[in-house]
Amino acid sequence: MNTLHIARLVAAKDLRIEWRSRVVTNQVLPFAALVMVMFAFALDNDTVLPRVAPGLVWLAAMFSLLVLVQRTFAVETADGALDALRVAGVGPAGIFLGKSLALAVQLTVLEVMLLGAAVVLYRTELVAGGVVLLVTTYLAATLGLAFVGTLYGGLAAGAKGRETLLPLLLLPVVAPVLIGATRATEAALGTNDATPSEGWPWIGLLALFAVIFGAGGSLAFGSLIDE
Amino acid sequence: MEPVVRLADVVAVLGGFPVLAGASLQVGKGEIVLLRGPNGAGKTSLLRLCAGLLPVERGEAVVLGCDLVADLTAVRSRVGLLGHSNGLYADLSVADNVGFWGATVGATPAEIQGAMESMGLDTRLAPVLVGRLSAGQRRRTALACLVARRAQLWLLDEPHAGLDAAGRDELDATLRGAAAAGATVMVASHELERAGSLATRVVEVIGGQVFPVDPGGGR
Repeated sequence: MNTLHIARLVAAKDLRIEWRSRVVTNQVLPFAALVMVMFAFALDNDTVLPRVAPGLVWLAAMFSLLVLVQRTFAVETADGALDALRVAGVGPAGIFLGKSLALAVQLTVLEVMLLGAAVVLYRTELVAGGVVLLVTTYLAATLGLAFVGTLYGGLAAGAKGRETLLPLLLLPVVAPVLIGATRATEAALGTNDATPSEGWPWIGLLALFAVIFGAGGSLAFGSLIDE
Repeated sequence: MEPVVRLADVVAVLGGFPVLAGASLQVGKGEIVLLRGPNGAGKTSLLRLCAGLLPVERGEAVVLGCDLVADLTAVRSRVGLLGHSNGLYADLSVADNVGFWGATVGATPAEIQGAMESMGLDTRLAPVLVGRLSAGQRRRTALACLVARRAQLWLLDEPHAGLDAAGRDELDATLRGAAAAGATVMVASHELERAGSLATRVVEVIGGQVFPVDPGGGR
């Protein structure tokens, strides 16, 4: 079986599990919305909130990513399915890409909801001239987060104390995405008088991050889950 | 004919502890071999080594023609290991689980249906979520996944655990059928009466070594 076929199978299986269990809909989305509300309570200021909204959206996305990654590997380890995938000789690159793709789809749903929450709670305004930049930012950042989340989720899956280990490993690594995505989103939304042209260099950083972790993860995932 | 499993003085280490200490064993095609022995003797390690999950520190290990010393992973797609866990997804149905595992080797819908029927997973159980099944029904689903994956060497660790009498009979019939069709089966079990009647040969694993057992029961 080739890598893309396995990736498609694994992604379809993961998305079907989420569709049936509704964990993302019933637990992760409310958690993310709650984080946005808590930010609003903490920064209860009409002038501050719109200025920091892009950063808060991506910070909430990072926190929610942790929950999503824990969940996506919990379904693999609950009854030894990840072990069974290894035994079955299913190509690790296919598993990595499939799980990343499913995670990216779930993240996209989450991020759209977070942006909507920012518009409602923080009075963030969408600017027509920044739509292309905004979509590109979301695409590049989501892919990067999905790749790195899957890679570190696989690393932590077999470790003792994986629930606490994952945030410790993952959060420092996703810092470049937090910075790049926040700056690019600010530029797309015109926050703090930024212009869309200021955002494109950050897309380069996000794309580089996604390529590095996509390629690195495809190569290293087999060794990680074999440990 | 080249044996399906050929181990010679195999040493394997797990966490600094030698779990196999000079194990030697040959298993031919179509055999059903029972591994018996006390807890911690190395039965599970032996199965995991044959599945390409445990590195060979010393000795020779060839499974289905794959040299495990040279390449640990090549054999994996051709063996099926069913350990203490079932490798199933609780939020997917029986049909989804068997379909997924079958699809990883390109099994056709007819093969997947046949695999489910071989384990008595009829149309009533097919759409049921695995999380709602009894332990025995989960075990049967896991075995159906193994059939769908077309495993040539079945490595089963306590396969009768959690099965009721009917499920055990079905399992035994499935294993005999698989062996008759050319698959080779290695079973680690403490249920000697049940597994012993199923096996064509019995070996004893003690202290990480494998000893033949004569049909009378002694070593």
